[in-house]
Amino acid sequence: MKNNKSLFKLQCPAPKFDFDIITLSHGSGGLLTNQLLESGVFDLLKNEKLDKHHDGAMLEFNGSVAFSTDSFVISPIVFPGGDIGELAVNGTVNDVAMCGAIPQYLSLSFILEEGLPISRFWDILVSIKYAADKARVIIVTGDTKVVDKGKGDKIFINTSGLGAVHPKAAIDIDNICAGDKIIASNSIATHGIAILSVREGLEFESDIESDTCNLNHLTTALLDAFGNGIHLFRDPTRGGVAATLNEISKERNLGILLQNENIPVEGQVKAACEILGLDPLYAANEGVFMAFVAADIADKVVEILHQFEESSKAAIIGEVTEEHNGKVLITNQMGGTRVVHIPVGEQLPRIC
Amino acid sequence: MKYLTEFRNPELAKKVLKEIESTITRPWKIMEVCGGQTHSLVKNGILTVLPKQITMLHGPGCPVCVTPLHLIDKAVYLALEKEVILCSFGDMVRVPGSVKSLLEAKAAGADVRILYSPLEAVNIAKENPDREVVFFAVGFETTGPSNALSVLHAQKLGLTNYSILTSHVLVPPAISALMEDPDAQIDAFLAAGHVCSIMGYWEYLPLAEKYKIPIVVTGFEPLDLLLGILAAVKQLEKGQHKVENQYARMVREGGNVEAQKIVNRVFETGDQMWRGIGTIPGSGWYLKKEFTAYDANRKFTIELEKANENAECIAGDIMKGIKKPYQCPQFGKNCTPQNPLGAPMVSSEGACAAYYNFSTMIEEIKLT
Repeated sequence: MKNNKSLFKLQCPAPKFDFDIITLSHGSGGLLTNQLLESGVFDLLKNEKLDKHHDGAMLEFNGSVAFSTDSFVISPIVFPGGDIGELAVNGTVNDVAMCGAIPQYLSLSFILEEGLPISRFWDILVSIKYAADKARVIIVTGDTKVVDKGKGDKIFINTSGLGAVHPKAAIDIDNICAGDKIIASNSIATHGIAILSVREGLEFESDIESDTCNLNHLTTALLDAFGNGIHLFRDPTRGGVAATLNEISKERNLGILLQNENIPVEGQVKAACEILGLDPLYAANEGVFMAFVAADIADKVVEILHQFEESSKAAIIGEVTEEHNGKVLITNQMGGTRVVHIPVGEQLPRIC
Repeated sequence: MKYLTEFRNPELAKKVLKEIESTITRPWKIMEVCGGQTHSLVKNGILTVLPKQITMLHGPGCPVCVTPLHLIDKAVYLALEKEVILCSFGDMVRVPGSVKSLLEAKAAGADVRILYSPLEAVNIAKENPDREVVFFAVGFETTGPSNALSVLHAQKLGLTNYSILTSHVLVPPAISALMEDPDAQIDAFLAAGHVCSIMGYWEYLPLAEKYKIPIVVTGFEPLDLLLGILAAVKQLEKGQHKVENQYARMVREGGNVEAQKIVNRVFETGDQMWRGIGTIPGSGWYLKKEFTAYDANRKFTIELEKANENAECIAGDIMKGIKKPYQCPQFGKNCTPQNPLGAPMVSSEGACAAYYNFSTMIEEIKLT
């Protein structure tokens, strides 16, 4: 998959711009804005909706539509395994997919900081194109603004996404019931630890790469096979699995019981968490979702997920219970139990 | 993951638990000194599986918790008023000072950086010759060598813009202070494995003798803790009071001699104020006179009014093991990790935060 990405990037060399860095004029709507868009951006993201150059896109849908939006302000903007461009596409694609929908259209808005090298901007655009192609979505409308140096941090991206709800989907938090199994689609905490490994002042050497990827093909495969047996999808991004499961248990006033030994965490990620004193349950994910499914189909769901590279480590990690309403509990093989609380803020490394 | 998975083996843990159950005949109060041990006891649910006769008391070994309020205020002052690059270990930045935490100072525009190692702060000083860089050198004996080394390193590089704000606390004097406190009732100690990996355990031999109390040097994994508890219970049941070393894979009697040499070159002992507990004689490390140039306390003129602790916080009683976090009327109500009244609710190693974050039915179990 990594090779595909490198190959794709080689196939999209930067066009020749008359400028090396982004200036305030690029966001003014005048000639330079035009130059920036015409000399590359429109070509790269080309599709029939965007080609109209209207202020907005006109789209056709039959039936229910899912709609989501997200802003991306991460630092560093390039990290092991991805960059802010890929994240901006995958993040919104996945949010639409979590509604049981098939993502189709994205909007794309940039807030650029004056002084950003054009070459970096182009790299991010190419990543956006790569991720959009892979997720089979098209960018149909967008916007570019530039702020004074120091008023932003290189590049902020907002994307919104639209998709038709899968005809067999019945995703609703109210459909969750005691006995439901909770499935993690892949190893958790990989993205959070990959980002941390390159954070200034906290750098450590590792091969850990972000898991950022689109998940819509996985959710579609599950909905095709099981329809309303799938009760809920959620992607545990910021705040990690702990925050996501706590929100769900509080919202429905049901208990959640996890089995520590069944939660998939990659060896290197586990080791990094040990050294840094972090808990994988609280680390961010960008290529993992949680599925709440009827108990009788849980094993088959995992079987299907195992057929895909992005979900080869899928596992049943726990279940919904009638006890401990509103709480997430985790047990270990020793028989000990603890509460998994909602995180306060970012996890901070411990002193010793 | 050698040395970790083995010490988390649930089958072995169950065996040790059984042995504790069959050895114990009466109630005992055992204090784990280190916050890392508290964190592990609660995180692994060990408190929920121990026999009811055992009461674990959570000791003062959380460096974040015992760092005096006025030092946090100083760090905030240096960051905001003196515009230094203030470098700190991660869990220190959220601890509330009397006005602000370092994290809030950062939000207000201060240059606060979270690091793993003080040596990284020396690099920052090297790269920013026109800025003052201060490392908030907090910790027990464990972080002493690296904090001391950072000073030697800066000296070797000829840096004049690096200094440390020290709040170093030492375990043995704290054990003495706890044993002298008439309110504290402790039958045995689990000594902190990491501290002993640096300092060894020779300092504990006279303490065990003087106070007739078993001291078991203990690690941090579930099996370490259970074996430490088992060793303590065995001694208590037999009426013994020895120093034992459960954490032999890391700890030697003499400790890490090279690390101690570095510490002794840079630091000298002095009286130290422990937040929530008070001043304990000879329980702190301070930079020696010859390193005054690296002492942020002396380098900067710091004018601060004396700050008072929140009167509703009973951190002292918690850290002396006199009260449990859930016996505090503020616990989980006016005092939560989002809105902590005192330091034990901030650090993940603080007893209050550990109970708040991880405990489930501990209240019910221990109160019945």
